[in-house]
Amino acid sequence: MLKGLLKLSWIETKIFMREPMGVVGTLFMPVVFFLIMARFLRGVPHPVAPMGRLAFNATILSSLLIVLGAVQSLIAIMAIYREGGILKRLRATPLAPVTILSAHVLVKLVLTLTSFLLLVLAGRRAMPGALPENMVGFAGAVLLGTLGILGLGFLVASLVPTARFAQPLGAVVFYPMLALSGLFFPVARMPLGLRVVANALPTTHAVSLMRGTYEGATWSAQWGSVAALVAIFAVCLVLATRWFRWE
Amino acid sequence: MPEPVILVRNLAKRYGKTVAVADVSLQVQEGEIFGLIGPNGAGKTTTMECLEGLRRPDSGTMTVLGLDPHRDAGALRHRIGVQHQEAQLQKRIKVREAVELWASLYDQARVADVDTLLERLGLTPRRNARFMTLSGGQKQRLFIALALIHQPELVFLDELTTGLDPQARRAIWELVRDIRARGTTVLLTTHLMEEAERLCDRVAIIEHGRTIEVGTPAELVRRHCPQRRVIYTTEEDGGGERRHELSGEGDDFVTEVIHRIARDGTRVHGFRTEMPTLEDVFLKLTGHALRD
Repeated sequence: MLKGLLKLSWIETKIFMREPMGVVGTLFMPVVFFLIMARFLRGVPHPVAPMGRLAFNATILSSLLIVLGAVQSLIAIMAIYREGGILKRLRATPLAPVTILSAHVLVKLVLTLTSFLLLVLAGRRAMPGALPENMVGFAGAVLLGTLGILGLGFLVASLVPTARFAQPLGAVVFYPMLALSGLFFPVARMPLGLRVVANALPTTHAVSLMRGTYEGATWSAQWGSVAALVAIFAVCLVLATRWFRWE
Repeated sequence: MPEPVILVRNLAKRYGKTVAVADVSLQVQEGEIFGLIGPNGAGKTTTMECLEGLRRPDSGTMTVLGLDPHRDAGALRHRIGVQHQEAQLQKRIKVREAVELWASLYDQARVADVDTLLERLGLTPRRNARFMTLSGGQKQRLFIALALIHQPELVFLDELTTGLDPQARRAIWELVRDIRARGTTVLLTTHLMEEAERLCDRVAIIEHGRTIEVGTPAELVRRHCPQRRVIYTTEEDGGGERRHELSGEGDDFVTEVIHRIARDGTRVHGFRTEMPTLEDVFLKLTGHALRD
């Protein structure tokens, strides 16, 4: 059903691009956010290394915002499609259920990569020192992080009762995850309870992988984060396919 | 008799404590327009969704095109077309895109030409319109296009004309007759008795999840509501008109009245007969009128 997957993904991409708010919010907002931070950071004296920890955090935070935007959008789309009977209609076709869901993941991965490329282009000009040297590895870390967080997103999307709940529920689940991700406060210094929670969340491992790659570590040196993201994605996918409601 | 396209025996389906379908039995022959009629909540849609392989019944047997809808769901999907009640499409998908998407999902040897199908359904002028800008009638015609794109042997149409104005409704009826004329069997649900009477070759009346009657609309009227009324006006000797109303039962009643008028040599200005409708049959069988 590769043909169906590509056709559906392509049409979903086109539909997404027709919604001005969605495009601005998911594709451009993180880039704008990044540029604003870059503007602030320019005036700040930085004793450590070229741009220091702030620039580093700005890059990773912007990348995370890209990922969270994609996840939020996925949850909203699933809820709207379920409520509107669109999922039900698609399900009566020969399309395999997993193909329908995969198409949406594929669209989000492509959008994340696009947004990330925009970030790189903007970053080249605005804050040259802030971007990682191993750009391909870092992009890979963003994509793998997206996959892990999308997995959790799918789980939430399976359980969201109505479209009206999708946005607030997504926000309640995902933005606190940012706080626990280790981006603002090292996970190692958190109390035990929070540390356990943090380590179960895909954002924490996404930040860790992005940070490691940013600082020049290879993926094989960070197999723990890679494995954790893959495992979270797999577990969430299994649970989501079991609990997914088509109508 | 040839093998029926749909065969259902004692179908039952409940959701928790709610009984959606209690006992439905029916047969649909090839080339028929068959209607499931009854009020909202009678179990028409659930019955249909069991036959489409979307729901698994709790008990009963059913075959669709000789297949088991649940076990052979994959094979069946290529041979049936489905229109769901109240199921929408992506707001910003364009008409032609939707039909192309559906066309890409089926066996290419069977798929109809997209533009020819759009033309046949009168959607050519709207082919680049977004779904959310379509009128109710246009949306339904698009849904029919999606159900027909792979030239199925059997189509399921669920509450196709609900919410449409009379003109759009009539246009849809013409399309359904056209589908049948091309050799496709049609199973539809409706809670509009006029629609059932004008469109369906045979109907099953469903009430509280049970089939309570099956037959052609004319048969059901004859069987349950044999009353006929003849109303005619005659010229009086001194000028002026007189109105006559006669009631009786059975098909011969009208003929008898005509013979009597002819025998008397009466000069008749107006003559009409009133026959009960499927609506009256429904009222008689269930004790209540259909709620719209």
